[in-house]
Amino acid sequence: MGQFLSPQHGFWQNAEPVDKDFGQDLQLAGLKEPAEVYLDDRLVPHVFTANDGDAYYIQGYLHAKFRLWQMEFQTYAAAGRISELIGPKGLNYDREKRRLGMVWAAERAVAEMEKDPVSKEEADAYTAGVNTYIANLRESELPIEYKLLGYKPELWSNLKTALFLKFMSLDLAGYESDFEYSNLRSLLGYATFNKMFPISQDSLDPIIPADTLNRTPGITVKAPAGSDSVYLQGRDIFSVEEVRKPSRDNGSNNWAVSGIKTKSGSPILCNDPHLGLNLPSLWYEMQLSCPSFNAYGVTFPGAPGVIIGFNDSCAFGFTNAMRDVRDYYEIHFKDESRKEYWYNGQWTPTDFRFEHIIRKDSTEYIDTVAYTVFGPVMYDKSFSGGRRANTKYLAVRWKAHDAGNELMIFNGLDHARNYTDYQQSVKWLHTPGQNAIFASKNGDIAITAQGEFPAKWMRQGDFVMPGTDSSYQWQGMIPQSETPFIYNPERGFVSSANQFPVNPLTYPYYLGGEYHNYRGLIINRYLSQENEIGIEDMMKLQLDTYNPFAGMARPILLKNIDSSSLSRDELKYFEILKHWDLHYEADAKGASVFKITWDSLKAIVWDDELAKANERGFYPVNSTLLEGILRDSTYEFLDNINTPVKETLRQDINLAFRKAVATCKNLDRDGKLSWGKLKATRIEHLANLDPFSRLDIDNSGGGYAINAVRNDHGPSWRMIVQLTKNTEAYGIYPGGQSGNPGSVYYDNFVDNWANGKYYPLWMMEKNEETDKRVKAIIRVTRF
Amino acid sequence: MSQDFKFMSKYILSIIVTALLAFVSGLYMPWWGIAVVAFLVSAAIPQRPAFSFLSGFLGVFLLWEVLAWWIDNKNNGILSQKVSSLFGMGSSTVLLIVITSILGALVAGFAALAGSYLRRLIYPGPTAVTP
Repeated sequence: MGQFLSPQHGFWQNAEPVDKDFGQDLQLAGLKEPAEVYLDDRLVPHVFTANDGDAYYIQGYLHAKFRLWQMEFQTYAAAGRISELIGPKGLNYDREKRRLGMVWAAERAVAEMEKDPVSKEEADAYTAGVNTYIANLRESELPIEYKLLGYKPELWSNLKTALFLKFMSLDLAGYESDFEYSNLRSLLGYATFNKMFPISQDSLDPIIPADTLNRTPGITVKAPAGSDSVYLQGRDIFSVEEVRKPSRDNGSNNWAVSGIKTKSGSPILCNDPHLGLNLPSLWYEMQLSCPSFNAYGVTFPGAPGVIIGFNDSCAFGFTNAMRDVRDYYEIHFKDESRKEYWYNGQWTPTDFRFEHIIRKDSTEYIDTVAYTVFGPVMYDKSFSGGRRANTKYLAVRWKAHDAGNELMIFNGLDHARNYTDYQQSVKWLHTPGQNAIFASKNGDIAITAQGEFPAKWMRQGDFVMPGTDSSYQWQGMIPQSETPFIYNPERGFVSSANQFPVNPLTYPYYLGGEYHNYRGLIINRYLSQENEIGIEDMMKLQLDTYNPFAGMARPILLKNIDSSSLSRDELKYFEILKHWDLHYEADAKGASVFKITWDSLKAIVWDDELAKANERGFYPVNSTLLEGILRDSTYEFLDNINTPVKETLRQDINLAFRKAVATCKNLDRDGKLSWGKLKATRIEHLANLDPFSRLDIDNSGGGYAINAVRNDHGPSWRMIVQLTKNTEAYGIYPGGQSGNPGSVYYDNFVDNWANGKYYPLWMMEKNEETDKRVKAIIRVTRF
Repeated sequence: MSQDFKFMSKYILSIIVTALLAFVSGLYMPWWGIAVVAFLVSAAIPQRPAFSFLSGFLGVFLLWEVLAWWIDNKNNGILSQKVSSLFGMGSSTVLLIVITSILGALVAGFAALAGSYLRRLIYPGPTAVTP
């Protein structure tokens, strides 16, 4: 307590003077040549060094200076070490990470990273930068979270960088529903399952529209006999549950418009990655400038390089690929010792990896994980993830287990001068798969559905697969030469918004995964129609709150609600729904009435089937139900299988609306029916400390809109780059440059972000040292 | 020169010396440097135990009060409000500053008390009971 309260040691030391001068002269041991850091009025550092290594070294130093606790906390989470900080509550979370093979995968990634001299130098310099900061850190300067939780930072390492990147892979390429799917298929039958979770959508507008893919596939995949019939027929129920499932909402928008469609005649590139929103933010903005490159954009505290941004020649960004790259195999062990498993007709020895989970009281919990040819046996008798007991042995095969050198893609893009450089750079990205977008000053635009993906047969990996032989294993990776891309298309723009990358019905490999179709539809509609596009138009588009899903669904609701038989209360909400302008505006009650009504309909339609499969709450995506009732008013799922009568669309919708009105009335009475209040956007501190969070952000936007702000999720960085001779760029993220809750720079961007404002992004020149935007200078020399 | 004045000047001197040395200790030592300082000061400047306690208490109380207030003022109360509500005290900055100072003051006060008893143990006799 004394330690924490002491004004000269404890939290008071984190109360940063609001007018603090960040300027200083530093002597750092790992630096090769003198360097300068100019901090601007938003505390964005503009780093000028004499070589690449120094740039990454100073980047590491600055990340640690402003975001140390977050960097370390995220790698603790990635490595399954939360128990060390919070005790027994963290054990299940930690075991899940260990058993998924997070540390194992990160170790393999480090080996790959260190094999290449370029990425090794980069990672080493970054690590040295972080550690220089940590080594010179006085106790009073420790971030407040260390003081609260009572621990101290460890030294950084390349492994921690790799762990952070695996953490991103888990967030972006870790979503699948194999257990839910297996249970639904098993208990409802394959035919019913296929209707609830179809492999395509009616409203399809894939990222790669033209048929640029009509070459013979390099791999011919063959489904094993019986995979679509005998297997999983009413026999198997999986009772495992993930401790923490990656978000289903991860998505993003990006688009690039060619000069023929813009006012300036130069391309414009836009990107807004939708991710979980936290404080301190996932992103840290900076400019890195050295003789070999000059890049500006957002960086990941925890990894070197600029991730989404631009350099002197081009701009680049990403959206998530959404494909399913994590599958499970049921393993047959000889006995409980797990020493041998049956594979291809013989008993095969298992490898064991001992995971030492250290508890807060320093005692150890040793988890012995069996490794098979498929991957680690994640679930077994001792670990089911959730509440239910599990007796099956389930091994996980995850694409992120494979060694890749993802640092090289950012290194390549930061240095890229043209389309060829871009193309070569993105090939480094294996996992997580991303739609990598590009535009350059010489007028090129392009998008690539990049990643290394398994070549799958129809529905491969949607269900738990038998692991007794190789017949269900991945048969190979789709060759990089077949990666779908478009380059300078005639229509004058490229875009992606997590829709299908290609037409799933004609693409030679099965994609897997869940896709969002609506944002892509309206982005493409807008971009095809508009010409003479300026930066303000792009801002308006990124902030657009039109709900295209409601645009298609509301007419059916209105047509079927029996307005003549409504009570006065019901009529009131019917009118609100009817007169809503289909935009997710903060004050729009109609947006809330629509959502509550739709959710109520969704429950009425699906709950009976889901209950039968014991998968309550696991709803099919909304487009499935909407397209089902648009196609056929006697859609089979409208019937409640638990009643003798056959319910109709009209009955379901009226029941749904009546139920919804009851909810709406209560919310309305408490003044919480406006969309902004219902959505209740919050930006939570990483350790869920409420006073360090920003709660109750009352803003516009919603899941189906381009401006996809949700409850704890949304546009984590909005960026617009116009590639005129002098680049004109704008951006904002919901956070602040400092990770210190006691700093004015902790959350100073949040209100402007919520209100749809942008900051001009300043690509500073070395000779602008005296510009009034420079608020402090850190001069660094070699120690 | 009256006894009263001598007593008062010792008392005030103890407070000032405790505060000053406690501040210096904060620059070089862990937070419990305040206890060491209060202990040594009261061992060096003989007073009755109750007054030793009070001078240690007040020395650090004043130091921490001023420091916390100064820091908080420069910070516009950004962090103190957050920490207050983290400990369920609403957003009362004043209360947090007072709690901070009292905690430091109590630690220093008891350390001073111990120092004064130690001195009595080593130098028993009238010097220890001046007033």
